[in-house]
Amino acid sequence: METIMQIVFVPIGIASLGLILSLIFKGIDRRIAARFQARVGPPLVQPFRDIMKLMLKETIVPENCVRWVYESAPIIALVGSLMLLLYIPMGPFNAPLGNFGDLILVLYLFTIPSLAMVAGGFASGNPYATIGAQREMVMMMSYELPLAMLAAATAWKVTSFSIAKISSTVIWSTVGPLGLVGILLLLVVVLSVAPAELVKIPFDAPEAETEIAGGLLVDYSGRNLALFYLSDAVKSFAFASLIVALFFPFKLGTTIWGEFLWFLLKVLIVMIVSVTTVRVAAARLQIDNIAGYYWKPIALVSLAALALIAIDTAVVI
Amino acid sequence: MIKNAFKRALWVYHINTGGCNGCDIEIIAALTPRYDAERFGIKLVGSPRHADVLLVTGPVTAKMEDKLKRVYEQTPDPKVVIAVGNCGASTGVFHNSYSIRGPIDKIIPVDVYVPGCPPRPEAIIHGIAKAWEKLEGKK
Ligand code: SF4
Repeated sequence: METIMQIVFVPIGIASLGLILSLIFKGIDRRIAARFQARVGPPLVQPFRDIMKLMLKETIVPENCVRWVYESAPIIALVGSLMLLLYIPMGPFNAPLGNFGDLILVLYLFTIPSLAMVAGGFASGNPYATIGAQREMVMMMSYELPLAMLAAATAWKVTSFSIAKISSTVIWSTVGPLGLVGILLLLVVVLSVAPAELVKIPFDAPEAETEIAGGLLVDYSGRNLALFYLSDAVKSFAFASLIVALFFPFKLGTTIWGEFLWFLLKVLIVMIVSVTTVRVAAARLQIDNIAGYYWKPIALVSLAALALIAIDTAVVI
Repeated sequence: MIKNAFKRALWVYHINTGGCNGCDIEIIAALTPRYDAERFGIKLVGSPRHADVLLVTGPVTAKMEDKLKRVYEQTPDPKVVIAVGNCGASTGVFHNSYSIRGPIDKIIPVDVYVPGCPPRPEAIIHGIAKAWEKLEGKK
C-alpha cells in the first residue's frame, strides 16, 4: 500500500511543485530581462495569468491538419518535460526515479518535447510551421554532439552515468589542473547549448516570430498553446537543475529546506547567466550560422574538454 | 477569477491594411522601454492564432480586404478588434480613393477606435486597456 502511495503521489507532487516553480522562474526571467532593457517589466505572476487566459480561449484545430498528431503533440511535450523532473535530483531531495534512469536517459528525454513540437508543427500543415520544424531538427542535430561529449566526459571522471552518483561527488575536486581546465570548458559548452536546447534568442530560429510568425507554434491556440508554454517553462527549469546537479552540487550544510532554497538560488543563477543575459544581449542567428556554431567551435571545445579530462584521468591514476 | 482572466494578459496581433506605416511605428513605440507595454502583460505575437486583440491600422485596400477577414476568422474567441488611426476609423486622408474598400468597420466588427494620425503610444495603450473592459463584458 505504501509503495502505491509513493508511486502515485510523490511524482504528482513533484510534477505540480515543478510546474509552479518553473512558472515562477519564467516570471523572474522575464522581469530580469525587462530590467536589463531599462523597462519595468511584467509582474512575477505574469506566466500564471498567461496560462489561465490561454486555457479559457477557444482551441482551434485547423481543417487540414493530421488531427491525432496535432492534438497529442502538446500533451507529449508536457509529459516529456515533467518526466525530466522525476529523474533530476532537486537539491537535497533525491529524484524519485533516480535509480531507474541515468544521464543518457535524461539527455534523450530532453529531446522529447522538441520532437513533439516538430511532429506537431509538421502535422499542423502550415508552411511556416514546416519551416520551423525543419529548423528545429537541424538545430537538434547540431547540439546533440556537444551534449553527448558532456555525458561521456562526466561519466569518464565519475565512472558512472547515474545522476545521483555524479551529483553526490563534487566533480571539481576529483581532477588535477588539466582536468580543471577540461571541466571549465565543459561548463562553457553546456552553458552555450542551453539557449538552443530551450529555443531562446539567439537560437530561436525555429520560432522566429518576426520572420516565420511563431514557426512551430503558428497554428496552435488556446489550450494546446498553453501546454507548450508550460512544457517550455518546465524544460528550462529542468535543464538548469541538470547543470546544477552536474557542476555545482556544493552543499551549504544547513537544514533540508535551507539546502532546497540554496538549490533554487543556484538554478536561478544558472538560468540568468545562460539564458536571460544572452537573450537580452544578442540578436537572432540564421539557422546555418547556428549549425556552424555548434558543429565547429563548440564541438571542438567539447572534444578538447573530453581529451583533457581523459589525459587528466590517465595521469592521476 | 474567470472574470479577470484577460486583465493584464492580452496578446496583440498587429495587421496593417494599407496605411502609411505611421501608426505601425507608434505601435512599436508603445513596446519600447519608454512606454513598456509588457508591464501590463501586453505582448505582440506573430500569429493571429495566439492573439486576443487585433490591432488593425490602415484604410483597407482592395487587396487586403479578404486577408483582413481571414485574419479575423483565424483569431480564437473571445477577441476584440481595435482600429488604430484615423484612416482605420474613417479612411481619413485616403477618403474616396479608388482602391479603398474600408473603413475597417465595414469589413469586420470593430470594438475600440483609437483616433489620431498617428495616435500617440499612450493612446494606443489606453485603447488596449479599453479592450480589457470589453472582453470582461463579453465573458
Ligand atoms: S491614421 Fe494616419 S498615420 Fe495612421 S496609417 Fe493612417 S494615414 Fe498613416
